[in-house]
Amino acid sequence: MSEVRVAAAGDSALVLRLGDTIDVDVNERALRIARELGDRHLAGVRDVVLGYASVTVYFDPLRVEVARLEHDLWELARDEAVRPARQPRRLKITATYGGAQGPDLAEVAAFGRCSEDEVIARHLAREYRVFMVGFLPGFPYLGIVDPRIAIPRRDTPRLSVPAGSIGIAGSQTGIYPVQSPGGWRLIGHTRETLFRAERDSPALLQPGDLVRFVRP
Amino acid sequence: MSDIVTVRAGLLTTVQDGGRWGQQHHGVPVSGGMDPFSMRLVNLLAGNADDEATLEVTLQGPELRFERDAIAVIGGADLSAVVATGGTIQRVSLWRPFRVPSGASLRFGERRSLARAYVAVSGGLDVPAVLGSRAASAPAQLPGLAGRALRVGDVLPIGNRATSEPIGVRLSHAVIPPAPIAGRAAVRFIWGPDEELFSPGDRATFARAEYRVAIASNRMGYRLDGPPVHARGGGGQLLSEATPIGSIQVPPLGQPILLMADRQTTGGYPRIGTVISADLGVAGQLAPGETIAFVPCDVEEAVKALREQERALVELGASR
Repeated sequence: MSEVRVAAAGDSALVLRLGDTIDVDVNERALRIARELGDRHLAGVRDVVLGYASVTVYFDPLRVEVARLEHDLWELARDEAVRPARQPRRLKITATYGGAQGPDLAEVAAFGRCSEDEVIARHLAREYRVFMVGFLPGFPYLGIVDPRIAIPRRDTPRLSVPAGSIGIAGSQTGIYPVQSPGGWRLIGHTRETLFRAERDSPALLQPGDLVRFVRP
Repeated sequence: MSDIVTVRAGLLTTVQDGGRWGQQHHGVPVSGGMDPFSMRLVNLLAGNADDEATLEVTLQGPELRFERDAIAVIGGADLSAVVATGGTIQRVSLWRPFRVPSGASLRFGERRSLARAYVAVSGGLDVPAVLGSRAASAPAQLPGLAGRALRVGDVLPIGNRATSEPIGVRLSHAVIPPAPIAGRAAVRFIWGPDEELFSPGDRATFARAEYRVAIASNRMGYRLDGPPVHARGGGGQLLSEATPIGSIQVPPLGQPILLMADRQTTGGYPRIGTVISADLGVAGQLAPGETIAFVPCDVEEAVKALREQERALVELGASR
């Protein structure tokens, strides 16, 4: 594993980096550290945000002693036993593939030198971990995609990707919760609502969840 | 209750408060005022809590008809605000509480300085809070005015959340942030978190350069035109992680982007530096076509500058 480090991101955020690869174990450690920090409700801490291999803590520098917070982050990074593993939630997302709502399916097939049906079969075959939620409200970063269909993102992002679009970007797959610009290769679509502000937990998917795509 | 009615919406008028903190792990942007210091200052002057909902008025202001008496304060950009009552038109001074009688209109005119004016109404704006905040976040597409700018016909109820009487003091010039000369601003930044990916030469270039805020800039971020800088390894993507306000990220083509209030919660571009909290308001007052220079400083200086701003606000709050 690569070197653990703590870096300042300006005067009001510290980022703890545990590695530089998309890795389930590293992400699980980061997730547990993020949960532990969140549950401590430290005075002056505004937000705790999980990355693939990082935890960023936002704080008020007039209320939090940064050296102390940095010390806490190092302690948590060293503590192999930080918080017990949770039983992951398992969810199914109903997806349709190809057609107007999956316009890049043929390109992914060409990339993988296989048929469109095989792209779909390979995307359906894996259970994906939600590594993080970010970019847009409720957008799940899922992985790890079968290398055969792990096509890089488009050079030029589309100006508008419809809500519910399922895309691939390298070893990641994700779902656009709302219409937005986006560069991921679109292979399918779901009618699931990924984010609803009125819900108790507004994002449908949370880090650590295990997701399987299924056909209707 | 129709307390304030939008007669004209202006170029981009949004409800903004201290921001939607604590929701970033769901991917919800923080949003909030682009010039947080001015926003807090007008709130305190109006007798509100400093993070109360205000209107952020961009470059060309709206016309707002008041259907009940109200006390308001405008600060930040000077957009030539007036109160029109019947046939009389009265100019509004910045940073001073003024009365808007029922039936009168608040209008804006020519831009004299800066880009964003903040309108605090004593009692606050009583639009529905979404996920703990009234701040508008267009990219998040949240419900109602939490997801969009003001439109003609929108109604803004006035709240009753004032915590004190408005403050009728004349502010010292030490408190009011100075406007940059001829649209040229300088802000301080702290290197990193990815500064080691940039060569010493590129770092020197960045800290010497003046960048122009491109037309394709908005509340999410400013695209900056100027000398390119390149992260080692072609500036490829890093693992996505949290992107604080003020982050200066550098995509592969080398033109930096300064992330602002509506930024997405996470991103994967290398970040050469981060603008200090005390100077975010200076950046937030820039319009496309104006220029920004980045001056390195350390965390100690950043916290000291923030503490001085905070002291000014606390003293003001204590004076009421």
